Amino acid sequence: MNAELQERPALWIDAERRRFKVARRSFVDPDILRQEYRSIFDKCWLYLGHASELQKPGDFVSRTVARRSLLFTRDAQNGIHAFFNACPHRGAQVCRERKGNAKSFQCFYHGWVFGADGVLRSQPGQECYPSDFNADGSANLVPVPRLESYRGFWFVCFDRNAQSLEQYLAGAREWIDIIADQSEVGMTLVGGTQEYQIRANWKLLTENSIDGYHAINTHATYIDYLKNAQGSMSPVPFEGKGHDLGNGHAVIEYRAPWGRPVAQWIPLWGEDGRRELDQVYARLVGRFGKERADRIAFSNRNMFIFPNLVINDIMAITVRTYFPTAPDAMQVFGWALAPQEESAWARKYRLSNFLEFLGPGGFATPDDVEALEQCQRGFDNLGEAPWSDISKGMGKAEVSYDDELQMRAFWTQWQARVQAGSGVMGQVP
Amino acid sequence: MNAVAVSRDEVEELLFLEAELLDEWRLRDWLKLFTADGGYYVPATDVPANASPDTALFYVADDRFRLEQRVERLLKRTAHAEFPRSKTRHLVSNVRIRGRSGDELDVGAAVITHRTKMGLTETYIGSYRYRVVATPEGLRIREKRCILDMDGLKPNGRISIIL
Repeated sequence: MNAELQERPALWIDAERRRFKVARRSFVDPDILRQEYRSIFDKCWLYLGHASELQKPGDFVSRTVARRSLLFTRDAQNGIHAFFNACPHRGAQVCRERKGNAKSFQCFYHGWVFGADGVLRSQPGQECYPSDFNADGSANLVPVPRLESYRGFWFVCFDRNAQSLEQYLAGAREWIDIIADQSEVGMTLVGGTQEYQIRANWKLLTENSIDGYHAINTHATYIDYLKNAQGSMSPVPFEGKGHDLGNGHAVIEYRAPWGRPVAQWIPLWGEDGRRELDQVYARLVGRFGKERADRIAFSNRNMFIFPNLVINDIMAITVRTYFPTAPDAMQVFGWALAPQEESAWARKYRLSNFLEFLGPGGFATPDDVEALEQCQRGFDNLGEAPWSDISKGMGKAEVSYDDELQMRAFWTQWQARVQAGSGVMGQVP
Repeated sequence: MNAVAVSRDEVEELLFLEAELLDEWRLRDWLKLFTADGGYYVPATDVPANASPDTALFYVADDRFRLEQRVERLLKRTAHAEFPRSKTRHLVSNVRIRGRSGDELDVGAAVITHRTKMGLTETYIGSYRYRVVATPEGLRIREKRCILDMDGLKPNGRISIIL
Protein backbone atom coordinates (compact mmCIF):
# COMPACT_ATOMS: atom_id res chain seq x y z
CA MET A 1 0.00 0.00 0.00
CA ASN A 2 1.58 3.23 -0.97
CA ALA A 3 1.62 6.01 1.55
CA GLU A 4 -0.38 8.41 -0.53
CA LEU A 5 -3.37 6.07 -0.71
CA GLN A 6 -3.27 5.81 3.07
CA GLU A 7 -3.17 9.54 3.49
CA ARG A 8 -6.07 10.32 1.21
CA PRO A 9 -9.12 8.53 2.57
CA ALA A 10 -11.67 7.27 0.08
CA LEU A 11 -14.64 7.75 2.39
CA TRP A 12 -15.92 10.75 4.26
CA ILE A 13 -18.46 9.75 6.85
CA ASP A 14 -20.23 11.99 9.33
CA ALA A 15 -22.83 9.86 11.08
CA GLU A 16 -24.14 12.70 13.20
CA ARG A 17 -24.88 14.91 10.23
CA ARG A 18 -25.87 11.86 8.13
CA ARG A 19 -23.37 12.39 5.34
CA PHE A 20 -21.60 9.61 3.45
CA LYS A 21 -19.28 10.63 0.64
CA VAL A 22 -17.03 8.66 -1.69
CA ALA A 23 -13.88 10.09 -3.24
CA ARG A 24 -14.23 10.10 -7.04
CA ARG A 25 -10.51 9.44 -7.26
CA SER A 26 -11.35 5.80 -6.43
CA PHE A 27 -13.01 5.49 -9.84
CA VAL A 28 -10.10 6.80 -11.91
CA ASP A 29 -6.79 6.12 -10.18
CA PRO A 30 -4.69 3.26 -11.69
CA ASP A 31 -2.94 2.78 -8.31
CA ILE A 32 -6.28 2.12 -6.70
CA LEU A 33 -7.17 -0.42 -9.39
CA ARG A 34 -3.88 -2.21 -8.74
CA GLN A 35 -4.66 -2.20 -5.04
CA GLU A 36 -8.18 -3.50 -5.73
CA TYR A 37 -6.77 -6.51 -7.58
CA ARG A 38 -4.35 -7.21 -4.73
CA SER A 39 -6.73 -6.81 -1.83
CA ILE A 40 -10.12 -7.65 -3.34
CA PHE A 41 -9.97 -9.76 -6.51
CA ASP A 42 -6.99 -11.79 -5.29
CA LYS A 43 -8.57 -12.32 -1.86
CA CYS A 44 -12.36 -12.59 -2.12
CA TRP A 45 -14.58 -15.42 -3.32
CA LEU A 46 -15.45 -14.75 -6.96
CA TYR A 47 -18.29 -16.25 -8.97
CA LEU A 48 -17.05 -18.76 -11.55
CA GLY A 49 -20.13 -20.43 -12.98
CA HIS A 50 -23.31 -22.35 -12.36
CA ALA A 51 -23.64 -26.09 -11.78
CA SER A 52 -26.07 -26.34 -14.69
CA GLU A 53 -23.29 -25.40 -17.10
CA LEU A 54 -21.61 -28.75 -16.36
CA GLN A 55 -24.47 -31.24 -16.57
CA LYS A 56 -22.70 -34.27 -18.04
CA PRO A 57 -19.30 -35.85 -17.38
CA GLY A 58 -16.81 -34.14 -19.70
CA ASP A 59 -18.70 -30.85 -19.89
CA PHE A 60 -16.40 -27.86 -19.66
CA VAL A 61 -16.50 -24.07 -19.75
CA SER A 62 -13.50 -21.78 -20.20
CA ARG A 63 -13.86 -18.38 -18.60
CA THR A 64 -11.79 -15.38 -17.54
CA VAL A 65 -12.05 -14.54 -13.85
CA ALA A 66 -10.08 -11.64 -12.38
CA ARG A 67 -7.61 -11.69 -15.29
CA ARG A 68 -7.03 -15.44 -14.97
CA SER A 69 -8.00 -17.79 -17.75
CA LEU A 70 -9.82 -20.67 -16.05
CA LEU A 71 -11.12 -24.05 -17.13
CA PHE A 72 -14.23 -25.28 -15.27
CA THR A 73 -14.83 -29.02 -15.75
CA ARG A 74 -16.87 -32.04 -14.71
CA ASP A 75 -14.79 -35.23 -14.83
CA ALA A 76 -15.86 -38.80 -15.60
CA GLN A 77 -16.52 -39.43 -11.89
CA ASN A 78 -18.65 -36.26 -11.68
CA GLY A 79 -15.97 -34.35 -9.79
CA ILE A 80 -16.11 -30.59 -10.41
CA HIS A 81 -12.79 -28.83 -10.99
CA ALA A 82 -11.38 -25.44 -11.86
CA PHE A 83 -7.88 -25.17 -13.32
CA PHE A 84 -5.69 -22.43 -14.62
CA ASN A 85 -5.95 -22.80 -18.37
CA ALA A 86 -2.21 -23.02 -19.00
CA CYS A 87 -0.15 -26.05 -19.96
CA PRO A 88 2.30 -26.97 -17.16
CA HIS A 89 4.85 -27.56 -19.91
CA ARG A 90 5.23 -24.18 -21.61
CA GLY A 91 2.13 -22.23 -20.72
CA ALA A 92 -0.16 -22.39 -23.75
CA GLN A 93 -3.89 -22.51 -23.06
CA VAL A 94 -4.92 -26.16 -23.22
CA CYS A 95 -8.52 -25.25 -24.07
CA ARG A 96 -9.43 -22.64 -26.65
CA GLU A 97 -13.17 -23.27 -26.83
CA ARG A 98 -15.71 -21.42 -24.70
CA LYS A 99 -17.62 -24.55 -23.78
CA GLY A 100 -18.19 -28.11 -24.84
CA ASN A 101 -17.75 -31.74 -23.85
CA ALA A 102 -14.39 -33.48 -24.00
CA LYS A 103 -12.80 -36.63 -22.61
CA SER A 104 -9.49 -34.85 -22.38
CA PHE A 105 -7.70 -31.63 -23.24
CA GLN A 106 -4.71 -31.78 -25.54
CA CYS A 107 -2.35 -28.84 -25.63
CA PHE A 108 -1.83 -28.31 -29.35
CA TYR A 109 1.67 -26.88 -28.90
CA HIS A 110 3.56 -30.06 -27.94
CA GLY A 111 0.72 -32.49 -27.50
CA TRP A 112 0.48 -33.04 -23.74
CA VAL A 113 -2.89 -34.53 -22.85
CA PHE A 114 -4.83 -33.89 -19.63
CA GLY A 115 -7.98 -35.48 -18.25
CA ALA A 116 -10.97 -33.44 -17.15
CA ASP A 117 -9.58 -34.09 -13.65
CA GLY A 118 -6.46 -32.15 -14.66
CA VAL A 119 -4.14 -35.17 -14.48
CA LEU A 120 -1.47 -35.51 -17.18
CA ARG A 121 -2.43 -38.53 -19.29
CA SER A 122 0.32 -38.58 -21.85
CA GLN A 123 3.16 -36.58 -23.34
CA PRO A 124 4.84 -37.24 -26.68
CA GLY A 125 8.42 -38.40 -26.14
CA GLN A 126 7.63 -39.70 -22.67
CA GLU A 127 10.76 -41.89 -22.80
CA CYS A 128 12.90 -38.73 -22.63
CA TYR A 129 11.56 -37.86 -19.17
CA PRO A 130 12.41 -39.68 -15.94
CA SER A 131 9.81 -42.28 -14.93
CA ASP A 132 8.89 -40.30 -11.81
CA PHE A 133 8.52 -37.07 -13.78
CA ASN A 134 4.99 -36.40 -12.56
CA ALA A 135 5.18 -38.23 -9.23
CA ASP A 136 4.56 -34.97 -7.40
CA GLY A 137 1.71 -33.93 -9.75
CA SER A 138 3.60 -30.87 -10.93
CA ALA A 139 2.91 -31.77 -14.56
CA ASN A 140 -0.86 -31.77 -13.98
CA LEU A 141 -3.03 -28.74 -14.68
CA VAL A 142 -2.78 -26.37 -11.73
CA PRO A 143 -6.05 -26.22 -9.78
CA VAL A 144 -7.36 -22.94 -8.38
CA PRO A 145 -6.43 -22.60 -4.70
CA ARG A 146 -10.06 -22.78 -3.54
CA LEU A 147 -13.25 -23.93 -5.27
CA GLU A 148 -16.54 -24.18 -3.38
CA SER A 149 -20.23 -23.95 -4.19
CA TYR A 150 -23.44 -22.85 -2.59
CA ARG A 151 -26.84 -23.92 -3.97
CA GLY A 152 -25.45 -24.43 -7.48
CA PHE A 153 -23.34 -21.25 -7.61
CA TRP A 154 -19.64 -22.11 -7.92
CA PHE A 155 -17.01 -19.68 -6.67
CA VAL A 156 -13.22 -19.59 -6.77
CA CYS A 157 -10.82 -17.89 -4.42
CA PHE A 158 -7.16 -17.23 -5.15
CA ASP A 159 -6.34 -16.86 -1.46
CA ARG A 160 -5.65 -20.30 -0.02
CA ASN A 161 -6.28 -19.03 3.52
CA ALA A 162 -9.64 -17.39 2.93
CA GLN A 163 -12.61 -18.26 5.13
CA SER A 164 -15.05 -20.83 3.72
CA LEU A 165 -17.50 -19.72 1.03
CA GLU A 166 -20.46 -20.24 3.38
CA GLN A 167 -18.88 -18.00 6.01
CA TYR A 168 -17.98 -15.46 3.37
CA LEU A 169 -21.53 -15.32 1.96
CA ALA A 170 -22.82 -14.47 5.44
CA GLY A 171 -26.37 -13.08 5.29
CA ALA A 172 -26.50 -13.47 1.49
CA ARG A 173 -27.10 -17.21 1.89
CA GLU A 174 -30.69 -16.60 2.96
CA TRP A 175 -31.37 -14.66 -0.22
CA ILE A 176 -29.62 -17.18 -2.47
CA ASP A 177 -31.88 -19.80 -0.86
CA ILE A 178 -34.96 -17.78 -1.80
CA ILE A 179 -33.85 -17.89 -5.42
CA ALA A 180 -32.64 -21.50 -5.47
CA ASP A 181 -35.90 -22.62 -3.82
CA GLN A 182 -37.85 -21.52 -6.90
CA SER A 183 -37.03 -24.93 -8.38
CA GLU A 184 -37.71 -28.38 -6.98
CA VAL A 185 -35.02 -29.99 -9.15
CA GLY A 186 -32.46 -27.21 -9.52
CA MET A 187 -32.08 -23.91 -11.30
CA THR A 188 -30.45 -23.76 -14.72
CA LEU A 189 -28.79 -21.14 -16.85
CA VAL A 190 -30.63 -20.71 -20.13
CA GLY A 191 -28.33 -20.97 -23.18
CA GLY A 192 -26.74 -17.70 -24.25
CA THR A 193 -24.40 -15.16 -22.66
CA GLN A 194 -24.77 -11.43 -22.81
CA GLU A 195 -21.25 -10.12 -22.86
CA TYR A 196 -20.45 -6.44 -23.06
CA GLN A 197 -18.03 -3.77 -22.08
CA ILE A 198 -18.86 -0.55 -20.26
CA ARG A 199 -16.54 2.43 -20.35
CA ALA A 200 -16.86 3.07 -16.66
CA ASN A 201 -15.33 1.99 -13.39
CA TRP A 202 -16.60 -1.38 -12.14
CA LYS A 203 -17.82 0.07 -8.83
CA LEU A 204 -20.35 2.19 -10.70
CA LEU A 205 -22.06 -1.01 -11.85
CA THR A 206 -22.06 -2.30 -8.28
CA GLU A 207 -23.81 0.86 -7.14
CA ASN A 208 -26.22 0.80 -10.06
CA SER A 209 -27.21 -2.85 -9.58
CA ILE A 210 -28.57 -2.24 -6.09
CA ASP A 211 -29.88 1.27 -6.63
CA GLY A 212 -33.64 1.55 -6.19
CA TYR A 213 -33.46 5.33 -6.41
CA HIS A 214 -32.64 5.71 -10.11
CA ALA A 215 -35.44 3.67 -11.67
CA ILE A 216 -38.07 6.37 -12.05
CA ASN A 217 -35.69 8.72 -13.86
CA THR A 218 -33.28 6.49 -15.69
CA HIS A 219 -35.93 3.96 -16.70
CA ALA A 220 -38.78 6.33 -17.55
CA THR A 221 -39.12 4.78 -21.00
CA TYR A 222 -39.35 1.28 -19.55
CA ILE A 223 -42.18 2.39 -17.26
CA ASP A 224 -43.83 4.02 -20.32
CA TYR A 225 -43.50 0.70 -22.11
CA LEU A 226 -45.20 -1.20 -19.29
CA LYS A 227 -48.04 1.32 -19.37
CA ASN A 228 -48.39 0.95 -23.15
CA ALA A 229 -48.39 -2.83 -23.11
CA GLN A 230 -51.94 -3.85 -22.33
CA GLY A 231 -52.14 -5.86 -19.13
CA SER A 232 -48.43 -5.85 -18.37
CA MET A 233 -48.82 -4.65 -14.79
CA SER A 234 -50.45 -5.96 -11.67
CA PRO A 235 -51.84 -3.38 -9.24
CA VAL A 236 -48.83 -3.41 -6.95
CA PRO A 237 -46.94 -0.28 -5.91
CA PHE A 238 -43.15 -0.10 -5.71
CA GLU A 239 -42.27 -0.59 -2.04
CA GLY A 240 -39.72 -2.48 -0.03
CA LYS A 241 -36.57 -2.41 2.05
CA GLY A 242 -32.80 -2.43 1.79
CA HIS A 243 -30.62 -4.79 3.82
CA ASP A 244 -26.95 -4.95 4.70
CA LEU A 245 -26.05 -8.67 4.53
CA GLY A 246 -22.55 -8.43 6.01
CA ASN A 247 -19.10 -8.73 4.37
CA GLY A 248 -20.09 -6.04 1.86
CA HIS A 249 -23.08 -7.97 0.49
CA ALA A 250 -26.42 -6.19 0.27
CA VAL A 251 -29.91 -6.58 -1.14
CA ILE A 252 -33.04 -4.63 -1.83
CA GLU A 253 -36.30 -6.55 -1.57
CA TYR A 254 -39.46 -4.92 -2.90
CA ARG A 255 -42.80 -5.32 -4.59
CA ALA A 256 -43.21 -4.11 -8.17
CA PRO A 257 -46.02 -4.20 -10.74
CA TRP A 258 -44.31 -6.30 -13.43
CA GLY A 259 -45.09 -9.98 -14.01
CA ARG A 260 -42.88 -12.69 -12.49
CA PRO A 261 -42.75 -16.22 -13.94
CA VAL A 262 -42.44 -17.35 -10.28
CA ALA A 263 -45.14 -16.24 -9.65
CA GLN A 264 -46.84 -12.86 -10.04
CA TRP A 265 -49.53 -12.97 -12.67
CA ILE A 266 -50.30 -10.10 -15.02
CA PRO A 267 -53.38 -9.88 -17.27
CA LEU A 268 -51.20 -10.10 -20.42
CA TRP A 269 -50.55 -13.76 -19.56
CA GLY A 270 -54.22 -14.69 -19.88
CA GLU A 271 -56.28 -17.29 -18.08
CA ASP A 272 -53.98 -20.17 -19.09
CA GLY A 273 -51.10 -18.25 -17.62
CA ARG A 274 -53.06 -17.60 -14.47
CA ARG A 275 -53.79 -21.31 -14.02
CA GLU A 276 -50.14 -22.17 -14.51
CA LEU A 277 -48.90 -19.53 -12.08
CA ASP A 278 -51.55 -20.59 -9.54
CA GLN A 279 -50.09 -24.09 -9.69
CA VAL A 280 -46.52 -22.81 -9.32
CA TYR A 281 -47.62 -20.75 -6.32
CA ALA A 282 -49.59 -23.63 -4.75
CA ARG A 283 -46.53 -25.87 -4.90
CA LEU A 284 -44.46 -23.17 -3.19
CA VAL A 285 -47.06 -22.93 -0.43
CA GLY A 286 -46.98 -26.71 -0.09
CA ARG A 287 -43.21 -26.76 0.23
CA PHE A 288 -42.60 -23.67 2.35
CA GLY A 289 -45.87 -22.39 3.82
CA LYS A 290 -47.69 -19.25 2.79
CA GLU A 291 -45.36 -16.65 4.25
CA ARG A 292 -42.21 -17.85 2.53
CA ALA A 293 -44.11 -18.73 -0.66
CA ASP A 294 -45.42 -15.16 -0.82
CA ARG A 295 -41.91 -13.84 -0.41
CA ILE A 296 -40.50 -16.10 -3.13
CA ALA A 297 -43.34 -15.46 -5.55
CA PHE A 298 -44.21 -11.80 -5.12
CA SER A 299 -41.07 -10.04 -3.91
CA ASN A 300 -38.25 -8.85 -6.14
CA ARG A 301 -34.64 -8.93 -5.10
CA ASN A 302 -31.61 -7.08 -6.39
CA MET A 303 -28.76 -8.78 -4.59
CA PHE A 304 -25.11 -7.86 -4.60
CA ILE A 305 -22.44 -10.27 -3.44
CA PHE A 306 -19.14 -8.56 -2.81
CA PRO A 307 -17.19 -7.77 -4.88
CA ASN A 308 -18.69 -8.38 -8.33
CA LEU A 309 -21.69 -10.71 -8.44
CA VAL A 310 -25.23 -9.50 -8.94
CA ILE A 311 -28.23 -11.81 -8.83
CA ASN A 312 -31.36 -9.91 -9.68
CA ASP A 313 -34.60 -11.81 -9.21
CA ILE A 314 -36.97 -9.34 -10.83
CA MET A 315 -39.18 -9.79 -13.96
CA ALA A 316 -36.69 -12.55 -14.81
CA ILE A 317 -33.55 -13.68 -13.00
CA THR A 318 -30.18 -12.45 -14.16
CA VAL A 319 -26.79 -13.54 -12.90
CA ARG A 320 -24.22 -10.90 -13.72
CA THR A 321 -20.53 -10.67 -12.99
CA TYR A 322 -18.02 -8.07 -14.06
CA PHE A 323 -14.33 -7.28 -13.85
CA PRO A 324 -12.36 -4.09 -14.25
CA THR A 325 -10.04 -4.08 -17.26
CA ALA A 326 -8.92 -0.49 -16.63
CA PRO A 327 -9.95 2.22 -14.15
CA ASP A 328 -12.54 3.39 -16.69
CA ALA A 329 -13.52 0.08 -18.32
CA MET A 330 -15.15 -3.17 -17.28
CA GLN A 331 -16.15 -6.44 -18.88
CA VAL A 332 -19.66 -7.65 -18.03
CA PHE A 333 -21.14 -11.14 -18.37
CA GLY A 334 -24.87 -11.69 -17.96
CA TRP A 335 -26.93 -14.89 -17.95
CA ALA A 336 -30.58 -15.82 -17.47
CA LEU A 337 -31.38 -18.24 -14.64
CA ALA A 338 -34.59 -20.29 -14.54
CA PRO A 339 -36.16 -23.31 -12.82
CA GLN A 340 -35.20 -26.37 -14.87
CA GLU A 341 -38.72 -27.76 -14.73
CA GLU A 342 -40.66 -24.68 -15.83
CA SER A 343 -42.96 -25.09 -18.83
CA ALA A 344 -42.10 -23.95 -22.34
CA TRP A 345 -44.75 -21.27 -21.84
CA ALA A 346 -43.10 -19.91 -18.71
CA ARG A 347 -39.61 -20.07 -20.24
CA LYS A 348 -40.77 -18.08 -23.26
CA TYR A 349 -42.32 -15.34 -21.10
CA ARG A 350 -39.34 -15.33 -18.78
CA LEU A 351 -36.94 -14.68 -21.67
CA SER A 352 -39.28 -12.12 -23.17
CA ASN A 353 -39.45 -10.34 -19.79
CA PHE A 354 -35.68 -10.52 -19.49
CA LEU A 355 -35.07 -8.83 -22.84
CA GLU A 356 -37.62 -6.11 -22.22
CA PHE A 357 -35.63 -4.76 -19.33
CA LEU A 358 -32.26 -6.42 -19.14
CA GLY A 359 -29.17 -6.56 -21.22
CA PRO A 360 -27.54 -4.31 -23.76
CA GLY A 361 -30.47 -4.53 -26.18
CA GLY A 362 -33.21 -4.10 -23.58
CA PHE A 363 -35.38 -1.09 -22.83
CA ALA A 364 -33.52 -0.26 -19.60
CA THR A 365 -29.93 -1.52 -19.33
CA PRO A 366 -28.65 0.69 -22.21
CA ASP A 367 -29.75 3.71 -20.18
CA ASP A 368 -27.89 2.37 -17.13
CA VAL A 369 -24.79 1.98 -19.29
CA GLU A 370 -25.21 5.56 -20.45
CA ALA A 371 -25.56 6.76 -16.85
CA LEU A 372 -22.41 4.94 -15.76
CA GLU A 373 -20.42 6.27 -18.70
CA GLN A 374 -21.67 9.79 -18.00
CA CYS A 375 -20.59 9.46 -14.35
CA GLN A 376 -17.15 8.40 -15.51
CA ARG A 377 -16.96 11.47 -17.74
CA GLY A 378 -18.12 13.63 -14.86
CA PHE A 379 -15.17 12.34 -12.85
CA ASP A 380 -12.88 14.24 -15.23
CA ASN A 381 -13.74 17.14 -12.92
CA LEU A 382 -12.62 15.45 -9.76
CA GLY A 383 -9.86 17.93 -9.11
CA GLU A 384 -12.45 20.56 -8.27
CA ALA A 385 -15.49 18.27 -7.74
CA PRO A 386 -13.96 15.40 -5.76
CA TRP A 387 -16.84 13.73 -3.86
CA SER A 388 -19.87 11.60 -4.69
CA ASP A 389 -22.74 11.42 -2.22
CA ILE A 390 -24.50 8.25 -1.09
CA SER A 391 -26.20 9.57 2.04
CA LYS A 392 -29.80 8.84 1.11
CA GLY A 393 -31.70 7.31 4.01
CA MET A 394 -28.72 7.42 6.35
CA GLY A 395 -29.69 7.10 9.99
CA LYS A 396 -33.26 5.99 9.27
CA ALA A 397 -34.64 3.23 11.48
CA GLU A 398 -36.48 1.61 8.56
CA VAL A 399 -34.46 1.63 5.34
CA SER A 400 -36.43 1.84 2.10
CA TYR A 401 -35.45 -0.06 -1.07
CA ASP A 402 -34.72 3.29 -2.71
CA ASP A 403 -32.33 4.48 0.00
CA GLU A 404 -28.57 4.04 -0.39
CA LEU A 405 -27.74 1.77 2.56
CA GLN A 406 -26.72 -1.03 0.16
CA MET A 407 -24.05 1.13 -1.44
CA ARG A 408 -22.75 2.22 1.94
CA ALA A 409 -22.43 -1.47 2.90
CA PHE A 410 -20.37 -2.05 -0.25
CA TRP A 411 -18.15 0.98 0.22
CA THR A 412 -17.52 0.26 3.88
CA GLN A 413 -16.28 -3.24 3.00
CA TRP A 414 -14.32 -1.88 0.03
CA GLN A 415 -12.61 0.63 2.26
CA ALA A 416 -11.78 -1.98 4.90
CA ARG A 417 -10.10 -4.16 2.27
CA VAL A 418 -8.41 -1.59 0.05
CA GLN A 419 -7.33 0.86 2.70
CA ALA A 420 -6.91 -1.60 5.54
CA GLY A 421 -5.57 0.27 8.54
CA SER A 422 -6.25 3.74 7.27
CA GLY A 423 -9.05 5.83 8.67
CA VAL A 424 -11.95 7.51 7.03
CA MET A 425 -12.29 11.22 6.97
CA GLY A 426 -14.62 12.02 9.82
CA GLN A 427 -15.68 15.62 9.53
CA VAL A 428 -17.66 17.49 6.95
CA PRO A 429 -16.40 21.07 7.02
CA MET B 1 -46.45 -9.30 -56.40
CA ASN B 2 -44.89 -12.68 -56.91
CA ALA B 3 -41.81 -13.76 -54.98
CA VAL B 4 -40.58 -15.78 -57.96
CA ALA B 5 -40.23 -12.65 -60.09
CA VAL B 6 -38.37 -10.56 -57.51
CA SER B 7 -34.83 -9.63 -58.55
CA ARG B 8 -31.82 -9.01 -56.36
CA ASP B 9 -31.94 -5.36 -57.44
CA GLU B 10 -35.37 -5.00 -55.90
CA VAL B 11 -34.23 -6.67 -52.70
CA GLU B 12 -31.14 -4.44 -52.54
CA GLU B 13 -33.33 -1.38 -53.01
CA LEU B 14 -35.34 -2.45 -49.97
CA LEU B 15 -32.26 -3.10 -47.84
CA PHE B 16 -30.52 0.12 -48.88
CA LEU B 17 -33.68 2.12 -48.19
CA GLU B 18 -33.91 0.47 -44.81
CA ALA B 19 -30.32 1.44 -44.00
CA GLU B 20 -30.95 5.00 -45.11
CA LEU B 21 -34.07 5.36 -42.95
CA LEU B 22 -32.20 4.04 -39.93
CA ASP B 23 -29.22 6.33 -40.47
CA GLU B 24 -31.54 9.33 -40.86
CA TRP B 25 -33.43 8.35 -37.71
CA ARG B 26 -36.69 8.11 -39.69
CA LEU B 27 -37.67 5.21 -37.51
CA ARG B 28 -41.45 5.39 -37.97
CA ASP B 29 -40.94 5.21 -41.75
CA TRP B 30 -38.53 2.33 -41.19
CA LEU B 31 -41.23 0.48 -39.25
CA LYS B 32 -43.53 0.74 -42.29
CA LEU B 33 -41.17 -1.59 -44.14
CA PHE B 34 -42.28 -4.43 -41.84
CA THR B 35 -45.37 -6.59 -42.18
CA ALA B 36 -48.07 -6.40 -39.50
CA ASP B 37 -46.55 -9.57 -37.98
CA GLY B 38 -42.93 -8.42 -38.49
CA GLY B 39 -40.17 -9.08 -35.98
CA TYR B 40 -36.56 -8.11 -35.31
CA TYR B 41 -33.96 -10.31 -33.61
CA VAL B 42 -30.35 -10.16 -32.45
CA PRO B 43 -29.17 -13.46 -30.87
CA ALA B 44 -26.40 -13.58 -28.28
CA THR B 45 -23.04 -14.24 -29.91
CA ASP B 46 -22.60 -17.70 -28.35
CA VAL B 47 -25.85 -19.29 -29.53
CA PRO B 48 -26.56 -20.74 -33.00
CA ALA B 49 -27.57 -18.19 -35.64
CA ASN B 50 -30.97 -19.88 -35.99
CA ALA B 51 -31.63 -20.18 -32.22
CA SER B 52 -35.14 -19.48 -30.94
CA PRO B 53 -35.70 -16.60 -28.50
CA ASP B 54 -38.20 -18.87 -26.71
CA THR B 55 -35.39 -21.12 -25.51
CA ALA B 56 -32.14 -19.12 -25.72
CA LEU B 57 -30.98 -15.75 -24.45
CA PHE B 58 -30.85 -13.04 -27.13
CA TYR B 59 -29.90 -9.38 -27.08
CA VAL B 60 -33.06 -8.38 -28.92
CA ALA B 61 -36.21 -10.36 -29.72
CA ASP B 62 -38.99 -7.98 -30.74
CA ASP B 63 -42.38 -8.99 -32.04
CA ARG B 64 -44.30 -6.30 -33.88
CA PHE B 65 -45.64 -4.70 -30.70
CA ARG B 66 -42.28 -4.49 -29.01
CA LEU B 67 -40.66 -3.27 -32.22
CA GLU B 68 -43.15 -0.39 -32.34
CA GLN B 69 -42.38 0.33 -28.69
CA ARG B 70 -38.65 0.25 -29.40
CA VAL B 71 -39.11 2.87 -32.09
CA GLU B 72 -41.28 5.07 -29.88
CA ARG B 73 -38.78 4.73 -27.03
CA LEU B 74 -35.82 5.68 -29.21
CA LEU B 75 -37.58 8.84 -30.39
CA LYS B 76 -37.99 10.13 -26.82
CA ARG B 77 -35.58 12.43 -25.04
CA THR B 78 -35.80 10.05 -22.09
CA ALA B 79 -34.19 7.24 -24.11
CA HIS B 80 -31.00 8.37 -22.41
CA ALA B 81 -28.68 5.96 -24.22
CA GLU B 82 -29.56 7.73 -27.47
CA PHE B 83 -29.74 11.30 -26.26
CA PRO B 84 -28.23 13.19 -27.92
CA ARG B 85 -28.77 10.81 -30.82
CA SER B 86 -25.75 8.95 -32.09
CA LYS B 87 -24.67 9.18 -35.71
CA THR B 88 -24.86 5.86 -37.47
CA ARG B 89 -23.92 4.39 -40.83
CA HIS B 90 -25.18 0.99 -41.92
CA LEU B 91 -23.12 -0.46 -44.78
CA VAL B 92 -25.05 -3.32 -46.36
CA SER B 93 -23.34 -5.59 -48.86
CA ASN B 94 -23.15 -9.14 -50.28
CA VAL B 95 -26.92 -9.19 -50.75
CA ARG B 96 -28.19 -12.53 -52.02
CA ILE B 97 -31.54 -14.23 -52.42
CA ARG B 98 -30.85 -17.58 -50.80
CA GLY B 99 -34.25 -19.16 -51.31
CA ARG B 100 -37.85 -18.59 -52.33
CA SER B 101 -40.99 -20.27 -51.09
CA GLY B 102 -44.56 -19.09 -51.66
CA ASP B 103 -44.68 -15.33 -51.21
CA GLU B 104 -41.48 -15.29 -49.18
CA LEU B 105 -37.82 -14.71 -49.94
CA ASP B 106 -34.93 -15.85 -47.80
CA VAL B 107 -32.39 -13.02 -48.07
CA GLY B 108 -28.86 -12.87 -46.72
CA ALA B 109 -26.53 -9.86 -46.52
CA ALA B 110 -23.43 -8.64 -44.75
CA VAL B 111 -23.49 -5.50 -42.62
CA ILE B 112 -21.11 -3.20 -40.83
CA THR B 113 -22.67 -0.50 -38.69
CA HIS B 114 -20.68 2.36 -37.22
CA ARG B 115 -22.10 4.29 -34.30
CA THR B 116 -20.58 7.53 -33.09
CA LYS B 117 -21.52 9.26 -29.89
CA MET B 118 -19.65 11.78 -27.77
CA GLY B 119 -16.42 11.43 -29.69
CA LEU B 120 -16.32 7.63 -29.72
CA THR B 121 -16.99 5.41 -32.71
CA GLU B 122 -17.78 1.75 -32.34
CA THR B 123 -18.48 -0.90 -34.93
CA TYR B 124 -20.97 -3.74 -35.11
CA ILE B 125 -20.04 -6.45 -37.61
CA GLY B 126 -22.48 -9.09 -38.70
CA SER B 127 -24.77 -10.65 -41.22
CA TYR B 128 -28.45 -10.11 -41.87
CA ARG B 129 -30.96 -12.78 -42.57
CA TYR B 130 -34.36 -11.59 -43.73
CA ARG B 131 -37.69 -13.14 -44.49
CA VAL B 132 -38.97 -10.74 -47.14
CA VAL B 133 -42.55 -10.95 -48.39
CA ALA B 134 -43.81 -9.89 -51.81
CA THR B 135 -47.04 -7.97 -51.11
CA PRO B 136 -49.31 -5.94 -53.42
CA GLU B 137 -47.70 -2.84 -51.85
CA GLY B 138 -44.20 -4.05 -52.60
CA LEU B 139 -41.56 -5.93 -50.62
CA ARG B 140 -41.99 -5.99 -46.85
CA ILE B 141 -39.91 -7.49 -44.04
CA ARG B 142 -41.50 -10.27 -42.01
CA GLU B 143 -38.38 -11.01 -40.03
CA LYS B 144 -35.02 -9.33 -39.70
CA ARG B 145 -32.27 -11.13 -37.84
CA CYS B 146 -28.86 -9.58 -37.26
CA ILE B 147 -26.24 -12.18 -36.40
CA LEU B 148 -23.16 -10.53 -34.94
CA ASP B 149 -19.74 -11.84 -36.00
CA MET B 150 -18.29 -10.76 -32.67
CA ASP B 151 -17.36 -12.27 -29.32
CA GLY B 152 -19.85 -10.33 -27.24
CA LEU B 153 -20.15 -6.56 -27.46
CA LYS B 154 -16.66 -5.20 -27.14
CA PRO B 155 -16.22 -2.31 -26.83
CA ASN B 156 -19.89 -1.63 -27.57
CA GLY B 157 -21.65 -1.62 -24.23
CA ARG B 158 -25.09 -1.77 -25.75
CA ILE B 159 -27.26 -2.15 -28.79
CA SER B 160 -29.17 1.05 -28.26
CA ILE B 161 -29.50 1.72 -31.98
CA ILE B 162 -31.29 -0.58 -34.40
CA LEU B 163 -28.72 -2.77 -36.14
